[in-house]
Amino acid sequence: MTRGLLGSLSTVALIAVGATGAAAQDDGPITIGILNALEGTYAVPGQDGMRGIELALMQHDHKAGGRDIEIVVQSTDTTPDSALRGARKLVEQDGVDFVIGPLSGSEGIAIRDYSKTQPDVTFINGISGAMEMTMVDPSPNLFRFNIDGAQWSKGLGDYVFNEKGYKTVATIGEDYSFIYTQVFGFVTEFCEAGGEVTERFWVPLGTKDFGSIIAALPDEVDAIYLGLGGGDAVNFLNQYQQAGGEANLIGGTIMVDASVLNSQGRAKEALIGVPSSGPQADTWDDPRWTEYVDAYRDAFPEGERFPSPSLFATGYYNATNAALQCLDTVEGDLSDDQVAFRDCLSNLTLESPTGTITLDENRQAIGTNVVTEVVEREDGTLANELVKVVENVNQTLGLSPEAFAELGLPSRENPECKSEY
Amino acid sequence: MRRFTTRHPVWTAIIALAAAILLWLIFAAWPDGLTDAIGRKKIFLNALFNGITLGGLYFLVASGFTLIFGLMRNVNLAHGTLYMLGGYAGFYAASLTGSWILAFPIAFVVIGACGVLLQVLVFRRMEGEDLRQTLVTIGISIVVADLMLWGFGGDFYNINPPEWLSGPMQTFLVTAVKSDGTPVFMKYPMVRIVIFLFAVVVGVAMWLALNRTRIGMMIRAGVDDREMLAASGIRIQLIFIGVFGFGAGLAGIAGVVGGTFQSIAPGEDTRFLLASLVVVIVGGMGSIPGAALGALLIGLAEQFGSVYFPTYAVVLTFLIMVVVLAFRPQGLLGRS
Repeated sequence: MTRGLLGSLSTVALIAVGATGAAAQDDGPITIGILNALEGTYAVPGQDGMRGIELALMQHDHKAGGRDIEIVVQSTDTTPDSALRGARKLVEQDGVDFVIGPLSGSEGIAIRDYSKTQPDVTFINGISGAMEMTMVDPSPNLFRFNIDGAQWSKGLGDYVFNEKGYKTVATIGEDYSFIYTQVFGFVTEFCEAGGEVTERFWVPLGTKDFGSIIAALPDEVDAIYLGLGGGDAVNFLNQYQQAGGEANLIGGTIMVDASVLNSQGRAKEALIGVPSSGPQADTWDDPRWTEYVDAYRDAFPEGERFPSPSLFATGYYNATNAALQCLDTVEGDLSDDQVAFRDCLSNLTLESPTGTITLDENRQAIGTNVVTEVVEREDGTLANELVKVVENVNQTLGLSPEAFAELGLPSRENPECKSEY
Repeated sequence: MRRFTTRHPVWTAIIALAAAILLWLIFAAWPDGLTDAIGRKKIFLNALFNGITLGGLYFLVASGFTLIFGLMRNVNLAHGTLYMLGGYAGFYAASLTGSWILAFPIAFVVIGACGVLLQVLVFRRMEGEDLRQTLVTIGISIVVADLMLWGFGGDFYNINPPEWLSGPMQTFLVTAVKSDGTPVFMKYPMVRIVIFLFAVVVGVAMWLALNRTRIGMMIRAGVDDREMLAASGIRIQLIFIGVFGFGAGLAGIAGVVGGTFQSIAPGEDTRFLLASLVVVIVGGMGSIPGAALGALLIGLAEQFGSVYFPTYAVVLTFLIMVVVLAFRPQGLLGRS
């Protein structure tokens, strides 16, 4: 009798504990872990990424699916091991419900591998652009709502060959995965259009003195493609002007990003008129884009933001927005290994400031890319002017998956320059 | 010089041969075979010149560092921070006054004053305690780096040289000969040449000041034996303050130079601290000619590395350091 009573009492107690546990999960706040590069070369773009997240949360009143949203921010320094350490801390120590991030190419590859070891946590990419993140051995709980570095090159090769008339190009880029991916996208399209890439120069990330490399650039090419970013880009332009460089330039996506266009000094003036491509253009007149830019300008006082959001802000904004929309759809239900939430993310049609984004079977974005040219605004600041919009860019750049697989992965010498792929 | 030749005839021959080859490489028109083997002459000459000018910048940073170390045995790990502060000070001085040249004295005075404050408020209180000083300077560099990030943001700052200095100048060196026989002369950024000449002037002036003046004599005496110098009635604290202020001021000037042909941004402080550490380790701690030699070697290694084997360019600098540490731990011109 006593034993029976004890047994049922403990059962009741267990049920009660379970019930309160469940209740707490349903009404309590949802914690999002943010992985963002707030140290090192990309600290400034990283800060703008935070603005993107804050803007998305503000527009959602810091609530989704009837639950409050809390964020835990973990800073990285763009190295893969700092991203891994950060993700571990967010997931294993802070117990966040899902992670948004990281920012940089090689970090993304590290997070792909880590996400496989944490199958019950969802990972949504921030703005990492390396192709391998979703192309090779994709992780089932990793989602990327930005198009990758090669997709960001879509439209550029064709434009500079046919409109600008550049027939031969030499490339110079930082020696790491994201720039390989960008050059990959540029080379395939430019060579297919009939152009020739004569030489490819690679410099270590963080090169400050480009003097000798500038001298080594060939004189006889029509244009030079620049795959540099941040401080390296500014230093290159500065020294290129001092050396009296006069070649036509073509910019990679981060070469003409807001962080370079807003740098102090005259170096950036070498960029005026330079064609480039990427997921966004400052002067886009699509109402979705202008609304977003207005919201960004209203949310943050002048001086504490860029004149218009950088692609890092947009990337994190889109990722956060996708997550919040799906939390609304599933009414905050993150049970059963977040299956409903992930299902929603996979099938989401995201109306983003940079066009409609859907995911493919590797949970990689299919979206819009634009070709731009740098112009000087009336107030003297520089901006990216829209030249051409390419819609529905997928990860295989319009090639069949088999043909694309044959190209191999982006590297220093890959892909070859051929007229047909 | 003559003693060196009689004592080391083999080394003298090797050095003379190397110098002759270098002169030939600079002045002769390259035969086709050589161009095929190591690329165009233009690339070689540019790497050489850039290495030397970059060495000039490294010398400006490292000479202050090595001077302070030599006299006070104080490894000032906030030296990179002084460099960066100098860059920002120079940027604002140049944009407020509209004069690039004025940026130099202003940065020198402002950063020199920071150095004096550091010496008076911090180092004087912990004289002779090497470890404590080192740790405190690390602390200062971290705190100031964050303050600068807060104050100046993470933007990239370029200091613009005046119109007459921007753009290239034509040199008398022939890089190639066109098919119709007209020579192609090398073009080289004007501002880099001016900055290099400036570094040479500063270096020579420092050498003269140290070896030909009374103050220089006191400083050299202090390097050898501080206690004895103090005992002979010299006000050594004043010399310390002066040297620290001057070393810091040099770092400030270097910041303006760095901001002119590179850029100033968060992270540059540690980069230049590391560069000056490598330079003085290679050249010899406390030796001004050593700093010049080390700066030249490191600058050349970086530039030749970046064109001839870009992937390993970063390793090359440290390789030089490792070799020097292995075979001549006191540095090339250091005294053991």
